[in-house]
Amino acid sequence: MVDYSWPEVASRRLIGKRITRLDGPAKVTGAAKYTYDVHRPGMLYAKVLRCPHAHARVVKLDLSHVERMPGVKAVVVIQGEGSEIQWALDEVAAVAAASEEQAADAVRAAAAAVRYEVLPHFVDDYQLDQAPSTKPGEAQSVGDAAGELARSAVRLRRRYGLPRVAHNCLEAHGHICEWQDGDHLATWSSSQAVSAAATQFGEGLGIPASNVEVHTEYMGGGFGSKFNIDSWGLVCAKLAKQAGAPVRLMLDRDAELTVAGDRPSAWADVELGALADGTLNAWISSSWGSGGLGGAGSPPIPYIFEVPNLRHRHTSVPTHTAASRAWRAPNHPQACLITMSALDDLADRLGMDPLQFFNKNLHLTGPRQRFFAEELAVADRLMDWSRRWRQRGSAAQGSASRGPERKGLGLSMHVWGGRGHASNCDVTVYPDGAVEARLSTQDLGTGTRTVVAIVLAETLGLPLAAVQVRIGDSQYPTSGASGGSTTVGGVSSATRRAAVDALALVFAKVAPQLGVAADRLEAVDGQVRVKGEPSRGLPWKRAAGALGVSPVTARGTNPGPGDLINSGSAGVQMAEVSVDLETGIVRVDKMVAVQECGLIIDLQTAESQVYGGMIMGISYALSEEKVLDPITGRMLNVDFDSYKLAGIGDVGELVVEMMTGPEYDHRGVVGLGEPPVVSPGAAIANAVANATGVRVPFLPLTPQRVLDALAGGSAGATHGAANAMSAARSA
Amino acid sequence: MAEDHGNERSGEVAGQVEETPAGGLSRRDFLRTGAAAGALGTALLTGEAQHPSTAEPPARHEAGVELVGPGAVPMSWRINGRQLQATLEPRVTLLDALRDHLELTGAKRVCDRGTCGACTVLIDGRTAYACSILAIEAQGRSIETVEGLGTPEHLHPLQAAIVAHDGQQCGFCTPGFVMAAKGWLDRRGYPGGHAGGQPGDAGPAAAAGAAPTAAELHRALSGNFCRCGTYAGLRPALLAVASAASEGA
Repeated sequence: MVDYSWPEVASRRLIGKRITRLDGPAKVTGAAKYTYDVHRPGMLYAKVLRCPHAHARVVKLDLSHVERMPGVKAVVVIQGEGSEIQWALDEVAAVAAASEEQAADAVRAAAAAVRYEVLPHFVDDYQLDQAPSTKPGEAQSVGDAAGELARSAVRLRRRYGLPRVAHNCLEAHGHICEWQDGDHLATWSSSQAVSAAATQFGEGLGIPASNVEVHTEYMGGGFGSKFNIDSWGLVCAKLAKQAGAPVRLMLDRDAELTVAGDRPSAWADVELGALADGTLNAWISSSWGSGGLGGAGSPPIPYIFEVPNLRHRHTSVPTHTAASRAWRAPNHPQACLITMSALDDLADRLGMDPLQFFNKNLHLTGPRQRFFAEELAVADRLMDWSRRWRQRGSAAQGSASRGPERKGLGLSMHVWGGRGHASNCDVTVYPDGAVEARLSTQDLGTGTRTVVAIVLAETLGLPLAAVQVRIGDSQYPTSGASGGSTTVGGVSSATRRAAVDALALVFAKVAPQLGVAADRLEAVDGQVRVKGEPSRGLPWKRAAGALGVSPVTARGTNPGPGDLINSGSAGVQMAEVSVDLETGIVRVDKMVAVQECGLIIDLQTAESQVYGGMIMGISYALSEEKVLDPITGRMLNVDFDSYKLAGIGDVGELVVEMMTGPEYDHRGVVGLGEPPVVSPGAAIANAVANATGVRVPFLPLTPQRVLDALAGGSAGATHGAANAMSAARSA
Repeated sequence: MAEDHGNERSGEVAGQVEETPAGGLSRRDFLRTGAAAGALGTALLTGEAQHPSTAEPPARHEAGVELVGPGAVPMSWRINGRQLQATLEPRVTLLDALRDHLELTGAKRVCDRGTCGACTVLIDGRTAYACSILAIEAQGRSIETVEGLGTPEHLHPLQAAIVAHDGQQCGFCTPGFVMAAKGWLDRRGYPGGHAGGQPGDAGPAAAAGAAPTAAELHRALSGNFCRCGTYAGLRPALLAVASAASEGA
């Protein structure tokens, strides 16, 4: 039985160390070529004619004059006369021209020639009672929720929620398509699912998937929005075919924000109760949220805590907006914000420190209870929480000399699955000692390329520089999509298995030369040598030379033999904020993230995921919101001026502590991309409540919402984010 | 501005835009359609050689104003110390000229309207959004892009620091941050850079030799956005480089 297990701690040279990402130099110099950067000979530029109405029928579409415009090489109708358009900025037609400016001219001309019959639309998902249709989910019921709520010593009833936000990938969605002949297609695609993209192109174009090659060597962000080649992928290929030339089709920013990324909203009416000693006893909630025309998934409410008496139902509200996409940790930030806000409010009503309240109820968190207990203790120390926490809104919170500013602390917890996806890896050892791993996976910036190299080099006893990693090409062995934090488990385990098997092939050739059985060999420090006899060995190059003239390749797969990966990570975050009671501006002074994810392959890129999650979280907590105009049905803030991301000056001090050690290592590799983005909204909202003494029930925590809450009014659920970050910046 | 354009095709198109709620007339459209006439003065004043055009007759006069375009005209720029040329329509931005015509793709197109900073370059030593200046206007000025800074094999110290601190993830915003940081370091008197101030820079505290502060760095990079959340790595990386430079000054 081959032993694939991860090396013991004492013998690890690379795994778990802080290793700089291998493609860092290429990215920081601009040498890395993303899809948007690829320039093929004779390449044309595509632009898309988009419908300005949220709901309309195409009555007239005659593009014959567009086809004759200067530079225009191809025109494709996407939704022709009679088509019913279901969201604003959906595609009607596309043009490819010799220059992008000419393509834009053509689209402007086309826009003037379309006639629409405008139909009624609905986009304001908060207005549940006005929705033309709803999709109620299945009701959950445990115990006697109503009875136990009535018997609870302390009760609370409140509404919480958070609006839609965009993915806003900095590299827009898009492709470059080039036909090699009538039925062979090459694409450069900004994709987080390279293997699947080839299949999707094949199916959509009626050619064998094996005739499609998809390249994604570098990609500029996905966050869950780039699993599909999308309608515009096929349009790009069709334009290229019609024009007989390569075509680039990248979305403009307004389309990127409007149709290519959307995290569903979630709103909830919550009632909950606790016993006098602070034990969480009963929960009744009703939630609803957007998700595009088809509706969306249901946030797991209540989050993490398995309340013994529970009733809950989620209703999906179809709207005339493009379909929602899996936004980093789908459904969890929403469930977390709603649940942790309610628990924090309940703790306040109980007169308890929320840290004590959460600890008191950890028995409701199932198998992760021990991790949470340890992480809460670490976070407590890093934030100095227990010494500094004060009752909500108490005067001691801020020093009087600081005028209108009040400080507050908030905390939240989160979970995620993250078991490695199906992945294949080929490891080839060449007779000259060169080593190469090939897999079609993609590096979204998470460090996938680096992780594969670390596992490969560690297994073969070689320095990182001695191994090559080739990814981002659909012609390499199939890998899963990078979603749900499944990549690191999938590629690291597949690579480990391939490397162990490739090494065995080398050992088989070397063993006779060293006069021992192959199972007595090990690869350490650039040598293949006899275990226990370090002097009996060969340098790696000479050992590989024993292969003769033919390289050897081993295929590793996940799932596969050996216990290398696991599922289920737990994390805790704490936030410290300052709130200006006069302006309503919230500033995040400090955040602490304590995160476990089993065995860590690269400590540095793992920490970067957590820093990045916190920063993305600060951004959606303070300023992000897709503002949908009920009158026109269009998203109003379709640029970076008004769709506000956090800047470097907005994020405060950030502290990351990764939980490591044998009790975490032995679980194997667990994915990490999603979990750290789940808690920031709740932790920051709770800190604002602690600072001000009032609950701001809805994200983002704009100055207007804070001031409304302080005035005792009901802050509007939607709109108003646009000025938040600019106000914060000018402060 | 459509009528100023002086081109039948484009004029017709621009005229249709106003009737069309789908298109609207964005700030960028305004820039692209309106700036051609104004841009020529720059080109002439800089004394750049006017190459014989294959695509468009040479400049012509109308009411005392010299006009070029709207067809492609030859242009030439000094970029990273090299003289580069292309024949482009006057409405092409510097960013698109770099990326689509000169194979300099380090500057990225993200917002394409002067907000996100991914296209940051240095023009005469000052940080500029390449998406918000026309290529024709950038002639005769010294343009520095990320490609002129370091290579993967020989990184500039600020690039090496970003790599070491992992101040990048997907990396799409990174070249813009690199150039914004380069402009900041230069203004602080970084050895080998352009000295001198810039409107809106970090102020007196940024004097060469003074220890850099986080607040100063934040102001210098306030025109750049990252979606992956790499600020936590960028901050210590760039403060370390600036500190080393100020100590060495």
